Amino acid sequence: MIDWSWLAGHLDAIAYRTLQHVYLAVLGVAIGFAISFVLALAAARYRVLYPPISALSGILFTIPSLALFAALISLTGFSVVTAEVPLVLYTLVILVRNIVAGLDAVPVDVVEAADGMGHSRRQRLWRVELPLALPLIVAGLRLATVSTIGLVTITGTISDAYGGLGYFILDGYHRGNFLTEMYAGAVPSIVLALAADLLFVRLQRRITPWTRVRATEAAS
Amino acid sequence: MNLVTETAAWLTNPAQWAGQSGIPNRLLEHVLIASISLGIALLLALPAGLAIGHTGRGAAAAAGVANLGRSLPSLAVIAIAIPVTVLVDPVLGGTVLPTLVAMVVLAIPPILVNAYTGIAEVDRDLVEAGRGMGMRERQILARIELPVALPVVLGGVRSAAVQIVATATLGAIFGSGGLGRFLVDGIAQNDDGQVFGGVVLVAGLAIATEVAVGLLERLARSPGLRDRRKGPAAVIAPQPQLPV
Repeated sequence: MIDWSWLAGHLDAIAYRTLQHVYLAVLGVAIGFAISFVLALAAARYRVLYPPISALSGILFTIPSLALFAALISLTGFSVVTAEVPLVLYTLVILVRNIVAGLDAVPVDVVEAADGMGHSRRQRLWRVELPLALPLIVAGLRLATVSTIGLVTITGTISDAYGGLGYFILDGYHRGNFLTEMYAGAVPSIVLALAADLLFVRLQRRITPWTRVRATEAAS
Repeated sequence: MNLVTETAAWLTNPAQWAGQSGIPNRLLEHVLIASISLGIALLLALPAGLAIGHTGRGAAAAAGVANLGRSLPSLAVIAIAIPVTVLVDPVLGGTVLPTLVAMVVLAIPPILVNAYTGIAEVDRDLVEAGRGMGMRERQILARIELPVALPVVLGGVRSAAVQIVATATLGAIFGSGGLGRFLVDGIAQNDDGQVFGGVVLVAGLAIATEVAVGLLERLARSPGLRDRRKGPAAVIAPQPQLPV
């Protein structure tokens, strides 16, 4: 059922699309994180901002990605902007929510202790609040990255120039369900998503060593 | 013509409101395939989630399955399903069935996770009181745990329903019909009116689904628990929903 000679002849293309997939996803998450970070700090400081930000992003979240990609084509053409804008928008929802939740979870006592030690607002944020919020921030990055890797496959609907591994799925389908090509896109894209998930699980464990200590204490 | 007038012209054109490729029929296709897959996903995930929540057994395994299912790119699931569904039915297996499989697979995680966390988080005192009154395990689940956990359980159904509506849109790429056809055809024909008309319809259906199940969720909240909304019972983190 699998045409091995096609696979052997397209290793370069598969490598190129895999790299493109990673590139599109990383770019989306990186830009999304930069914007979310600013939005979340603003929302954590000025509470009134949070309900409108969260309501707007919630509505955006329910809109299927294909609709968002399609809508952008007529505005920004078949460009990389059309591929990235929806990816970035979808990460905002996850990241803003998690960064704000992380900052909210910092115990009031700790914040007061930092104030008592004479930290300025900025010092308190960078030295006390953000380090304590890190586990939830990384959890947000994990969700955002995994979901963006999935969404990159759909950017192939904009144009053959994008799509990462999703290109093979769409191209294989248009060749009349050419399974080898479709699987050459589908299987690596799943592996990529699972690998990213695993990577973040490891990172989460590494930055929260105390959870492991607690688990061993409970066991003994 | 600008986008707004073009979209309005497309949406109000009588030709769009009749026939097999008209808006009413595409909407019907979309709602039909979404309802069938939501029904199958509920049949598979709800009993399992309730049982896990009640007994506490298998929670780690279910979380693993759910996390795996959530990580899968939807387009990839459709592609993977095709060779299997083609064996089942040579015609539908290449169009509607793979999308249906993907919709079910992606809808299971939120339903499963919310069902078991919802039930597991029910106040143990309530459960013990039921047991003390001589209720059987099945009665405890049906009369105590499920009513208390219902809003959380329905929260999972809402995530699943929205996800299913989005995946049904993707299915149009593979010829499964539905409102996504307007997006796919509009892009192919470079027809902005059709694309934006499709965007309005697809987004409208997704938001309507979210609102409708959200209303159900609100109705399901027991009056006795309503003013404790901000209490610990209501802050159970629901399964985060991911875009499709």
